[in-house]
Amino acid sequence: MEVNYLSLFKRFFSSQDTIFDYSSLNRNPLSSFDFSTNLQQFLSGRALLFEELSEFHEILEEHIVHGYAGWFQGLSVKNGQYICGRCGNCDKHLFTEFPCSRCSHSCVYCRKCIMMGRVSSCSKLFTWTGPTFQFSRQLNPLAWEGTLSEAQNSASQQAVEAVEQNKELLVWAVCGAGKTEILFHAVEKALQNGKRVCLATPRTDVVLELVPRFRTVFPQTEIAALYGGSDERHLAGQLVISTTHQLFRFQEAFDVLIIDEVDAFPYSADYSLQAASQKSRKKISSRIFLTATPSSLLKSQVKRGKLNSVIIPARFHRKPIPVPQLVWSGSWEKSFRKKKIPPKMQHWISFRLQNSIPFLIFFPAIKTMEQALPLFQKLHNDIAAVHAEDPDRKEKVVSLREGKVPGLLTTTILERGVTIPRLEAAVIGAEELIFTESALVQIAGRVGRKADFPTGDVTFFHYGKTESMLSAVRHIKMMNKQAREKGLVDE
Amino acid sequence: MNNCLYCTYELESSITWYTILKRESREPQFCEECTSRFEIISGARCKVCSRSLYHLEEQFVIDGLCLDCHRWEQNPEWQNVLSKNLSLYTYNEFLQDLIARFKYRGDYILIEGFKKMLLKVSTELNFDIAVPIPLSSERLFERGFNQSEAGLVSMGLKPVHALSRSHSEKQSKKTRQERIHHEQIFLLVDGMDLKGKSVLIFDDIYTTGSTLRHASRILKEAGAEEVSSITLARG
Ligand SMILES: [Zn+2]
Ligand SMILES: [Zn+2]
Ligand SMILES: [Zn+2]
Ligand SMILES: [Zn+2]
Repeated sequence: MEVNYLSLFKRFFSSQDTIFDYSSLNRNPLSSFDFSTNLQQFLSGRALLFEELSEFHEILEEHIVHGYAGWFQGLSVKNGQYICGRCGNCDKHLFTEFPCSRCSHSCVYCRKCIMMGRVSSCSKLFTWTGPTFQFSRQLNPLAWEGTLSEAQNSASQQAVEAVEQNKELLVWAVCGAGKTEILFHAVEKALQNGKRVCLATPRTDVVLELVPRFRTVFPQTEIAALYGGSDERHLAGQLVISTTHQLFRFQEAFDVLIIDEVDAFPYSADYSLQAASQKSRKKISSRIFLTATPSSLLKSQVKRGKLNSVIIPARFHRKPIPVPQLVWSGSWEKSFRKKKIPPKMQHWISFRLQNSIPFLIFFPAIKTMEQALPLFQKLHNDIAAVHAEDPDRKEKVVSLREGKVPGLLTTTILERGVTIPRLEAAVIGAEELIFTESALVQIAGRVGRKADFPTGDVTFFHYGKTESMLSAVRHIKMMNKQAREKGLVDE
Repeated sequence: MNNCLYCTYELESSITWYTILKRESREPQFCEECTSRFEIISGARCKVCSRSLYHLEEQFVIDGLCLDCHRWEQNPEWQNVLSKNLSLYTYNEFLQDLIARFKYRGDYILIEGFKKMLLKVSTELNFDIAVPIPLSSERLFERGFNQSEAGLVSMGLKPVHALSRSHSEKQSKKTRQERIHHEQIFLLVDGMDLKGKSVLIFDDIYTTGSTLRHASRILKEAGAEEVSSITLARG
């Protein structure tokens, strides 16, 4: 077995070999060839490294020879600049060289997508060039009894229309609007037409949360959950729920691409997503952006009439979003160094502790949070801290929900996705750069989520107001105003 | 490139007279935050393998050696085969992730971040030539490089390919006993004469020490005076 594998490897990678010069991908496959439907399903709409095709190594060659599979170079050079064929990276700092034993040369590789396996100068990305796999048309894929609010309904209709007409749409929905439900009918429509749908989000947590919900409401549909470390990569999936990162493995695959929380990584998302979504969607396809805090790029596209949009300014429970308070608390850093919690902050926490109100306190950095934790634990022993790499993150959030801990200190990692009844939130060092407008809006969006407790306090403790803080407050007030004007809130 | 090699966090630009005068471009390195997550093996270490003796119960430390090394040294077949191993850091979760990205994902350049430490540690050892632990040809094709060779190259050494693999089975599939008493996994490359030479070998992790000792034994049988090793991690 292993000798066979090695010889195949060598035939694909040795630099003198010219048998596999099938770099043109538009060959017409020979009709007489009995192709593998497994490979067709697996490779349709994807671009994968040789290593990722381990189950198909034996049959790959004959499919290439007959024109049913093809490859293109992993890296290309344009105007003296390297471009990664998988992730689209062309930042020269994210390329480097190594002495490659496959091609016996100094091989350049892309570091941007290295966690998916190395794409280097001698890598080939394999794709399916035979007849595309046709997904079935499902008559009644949606098993959902719920109803949509007035505001959700109009967004849902526009999303269905975008799917039908292969258009683009921005759904700008406030935190707590119930944006997942808005998608149900759009996905239903796509599946009825035999279309392939991808729902992409930057964060693995969100994928893990969405998958069971979609499996419940689309019980007959093959749904593939893709994220770093997922074991469902072999599934073709008519509905793919994926991290945006995993999108890079696809190529002209989707008829409908829905991008959730477009702004979750404000600094890199626009560029990366652009590349990933252009590559993974079909030339004729629809794209729906879903967010509570659209980037300025998306907003300007809407303004210039380049992108249709629908705004849902009100929450599902028809109550306005709590407007954050801005409270000056002096140099909190200095205070922590002196082993003291600034008095106003201390007062805020004591009040929550006395009244058993669960709370989240957001910190700008792990270090400051960990330094401050013992001070907070003096107020209550069970206060805990969480950050992105905390293996107990989920358990800690669950204990907060169950009332086993009174409150959590956290980095911005919990700015999204946490819904806990009666929760209140504070930010420490709200003037720090990491607290962008969108981060602050998301944080405020954690509060008052449940219909039973639609209000609550959000306080930004700061050492000088910033434009982001003011914009966040303006943003929330503007949404509440629109909701009132449209009659979407009851007061 | 002024970003951390691992987390890509922007490195603070510490402009010193030295950097201004020499106009040197900065070598790839890890940021302070990442560096702080490497655990240097502190306190008493096993005289042979660098293992921290700090947490070990008394009965597991014999004459400054950990029990494992003591057993190796008691066995006349393995006595003195490996003179000394120096490991840079404890194999904690952080280093585990970093080594996985280096070795399995193939992010070759990460080794450059260890360069300074490797050079510093190598001055404590005595050697004339450096020999990499060979990979099977399947593994080498799969990974695209040999991590052992990469370590030696980063130290500015010219690896001498004195060893080859005798078979290709994955080591992790066997138990420790099987591994230790298994027939030879390395062979001497034809025509190698190491008479009187002191040899340095490098590997990413020291786990049981059996890989390094098997390699050392072949080198010593070929006439090497002594063999010592460096690893990034001590498991
Ligand atoms: Zn890339
Ligand atoms: Zn190469
Ligand atoms: Zn770093
Ligand atoms: Zn030892």
